[in-house]
Amino acid sequence: MPFGNTHNQLKMNYSAAQEYPDLSKHNNHMAKVLTEELYAQLREKATPSGFTLDDVIQTGIDNPGHPFIMTVGCVAGDEETYEVFKELLDPVIEDRHGGYKPSDKHKTDLNPDHLKGGDDLDPDYVLSSRVRTGRSIRGFCLPPHCSRGERRAVEDLAVEGLGSLDGDLKGKYYALKNMTDEEQQQLIDDHFLFDKPVSPLLLASGMARDWPDARGIWHNDNKTFLVWVNEEDHLRVISMQKGGNMKEVFNRFCTGLTKIESLFKDKGHEFMWNEHLGYVLTCPSNLGTGLRAGVHVKLPCVSKHEKFGEILKRLRLQKRGTGGVDTAAVGGVFDISNADRLGFSEVDLVQMVVDGVKLLVEMEKRLEKGQSIDDLMPAQK
Amino acid sequence: MPFGNTHNNYKLKFSAEDEYPDLSKHNNHMAKALTLDIYKKLRDKQTPSGFTLDDVIQTGVDNPGHPFIMTVGCVAGDEETYEVFKDLLDPVIQDRHGGYKPTDKHKTDLNFENLKGGDDLDPKYVLSSRVRTGRSIIGYTLPPHCSRGERRAIEKMSIEALSSLDGEFKGKYYPLKDMSDKEQQQLIDDHFLFDKPVSPLLLASGMGRDWPDARGIWHNDNKTFLVWVNEEDHLRVIAMEKGGNMKEVFRRFCVGLQKIEAVFKKHNHGFMWNEHLGYVLTCPSNLGTGLRGGVHVKLPNLSKHAKFEEVLNRLRLQKRGTGGVDTAAEGGVFDISNADRLGFSEVEQVQMVVDGVKLMIEMEKKLEKGGSIDDMVPAQK
Repeated sequence: MPFGNTHNQLKMNYSAAQEYPDLSKHNNHMAKVLTEELYAQLREKATPSGFTLDDVIQTGIDNPGHPFIMTVGCVAGDEETYEVFKELLDPVIEDRHGGYKPSDKHKTDLNPDHLKGGDDLDPDYVLSSRVRTGRSIRGFCLPPHCSRGERRAVEDLAVEGLGSLDGDLKGKYYALKNMTDEEQQQLIDDHFLFDKPVSPLLLASGMARDWPDARGIWHNDNKTFLVWVNEEDHLRVISMQKGGNMKEVFNRFCTGLTKIESLFKDKGHEFMWNEHLGYVLTCPSNLGTGLRAGVHVKLPCVSKHEKFGEILKRLRLQKRGTGGVDTAAVGGVFDISNADRLGFSEVDLVQMVVDGVKLLVEMEKRLEKGQSIDDLMPAQK
Repeated sequence: MPFGNTHNNYKLKFSAEDEYPDLSKHNNHMAKALTLDIYKKLRDKQTPSGFTLDDVIQTGVDNPGHPFIMTVGCVAGDEETYEVFKDLLDPVIQDRHGGYKPTDKHKTDLNFENLKGGDDLDPKYVLSSRVRTGRSIIGYTLPPHCSRGERRAIEKMSIEALSSLDGEFKGKYYPLKDMSDKEQQQLIDDHFLFDKPVSPLLLASGMGRDWPDARGIWHNDNKTFLVWVNEEDHLRVIAMEKGGNMKEVFRRFCVGLQKIEAVFKKHNHGFMWNEHLGYVLTCPSNLGTGLRGGVHVKLPNLSKHAKFEEVLNRLRLQKRGTGGVDTAAEGGVFDISNADRLGFSEVEQVQMVVDGVKLMIEMEKKLEKGGSIDDMVPAQK
């Protein structure tokens, strides 16, 4: 976690070699990139708000990583982190986001009319559909670094903005620290409640300081649109519903997001965005769209097929268990979502999910009948 | 944990009210002492090494405490913390250390010959004896704040100092990060091994950063003198052995400590000490002697007596389970140690343990025979 150490004024009395972390047992993106030379070059820099190199990397030092899962190992404390520490973060981004270069431009497309189809995924197979993203409010530091005053100001702005939504989006805010037992139970039953993180990856970034101060959950009365305030990002926006109508979910997602963004703009606050990185978020893995669109889908036959991994890869999709990341599939039901975040637009990514899931369901039906799926194998997207 | 937030350059743009933590659900010494006015007064201060008020208090903000156990809720990042933030720490110290005033002077006495008796605690009741303390090295910041370079320098100096010990103190250093499986198992079997802390109280202070870099355990060949390097304090020094010869344990403790101090002094790095606070350590609860002298003793009858707590109180002793703090007693065996740290010398504290345990064993023997202990209850020390 970015600690006292990270702003310790005595550390410059020591050489870069003496301060350089021991990454010999580490396997994460930060450890792959951060050579001693790079550490020496960046170690005395700080962003205007005071975020240092040691702040950026502490989570990656304290969490050496997993032999099979490549974690990111670094976080941003503010918008300027990605600029001041670009010599570290550009290679991390390139490695994590499929070769995305420092000169590349990212497309943003939140026009739901551009999505083709997506309203007819077979509900016998697709149990639920969901789209999520994150947003950061320009002018405030990010969760690893924000002060209590900043965090509370973000909450105030969010509550005000969300409070003015109406129609399908009319809803209510539940502050974590004032929640009644009844409200808490309802939010748990709805699978909406988020709690103080326990993952050392998240805790090590400093995002959980002062919990539960200025954290809360907003959702609409219909329970199809949900916003988390001050969790891993300033805002996490989620649209979801049972069944396979991804088109409607994406529609609501775009409409809601765009409304929220204009409400913030009215108060003089934009979302952090630039044409290279798209939407700027705490974790480099969420840059670009920050979007994960997915379905819970029954694929008991396809998932046992030897080409399942290959198919997902070619479709640029990833699988997870229905408990989310790092969980196992139960009863042949998988969470299938886009693998990319940066370098493709929101519409591109949701289109990949819609088209890909449609194909997977076709394959499942074929295999159910004992037929081959060889002619259905897709090309690499 | 003192995080990025704690050196966030934007926080002073927010009012003290906006930044003041919500301590309404808190029960720790910091929360009792930190009024909005004190927060206002201290929030733009920092020590020469850059430790801020938010660094001091983050652990107490993140750990509201327990209704029955009063935690401290604040830590020092360097020697100067106790001066720069005295408006907060003096009341905390006074509350924690039985009314110790800012003008009081602390006595240090590590002359083991001043201990009377202590070599004849009945080994049928006293299973083991142990004395521990902590030491901080002048010129380096403390575990919540130290940089990797500083921590490594402390380790290097400690190894040098400990390697120069001979006779009964001749021993070996085991760095945590290079330990072989065999060495690790042996240290576990000897009950010497310390691991990365899991307590959120400790983690929140920042002392777990960069684990296990520059952490290690040194012990003498006889396994009666042990030093932990860079755990919660720069050094933790422990003397222990089976049986009831506390006099011998204390002798070894004092002699070993003084030998180590002499080596550090030679390099112009003595131990942090002043005549008001005694030995300066990370946690305000360990100021003064930092000493806990204790025994594992069988008191199955006395511990069930209605006056057990009262007796301990008057003897200025405390009980713990044999697993250490926050554990339960097993088989009527208790860990009995001095309750005080500041305002009494080392000799005085160990004397209280020796005399107190002797008395309690007499009481135990009386109760075994069915006698009364009413006439044995001591006056308040």
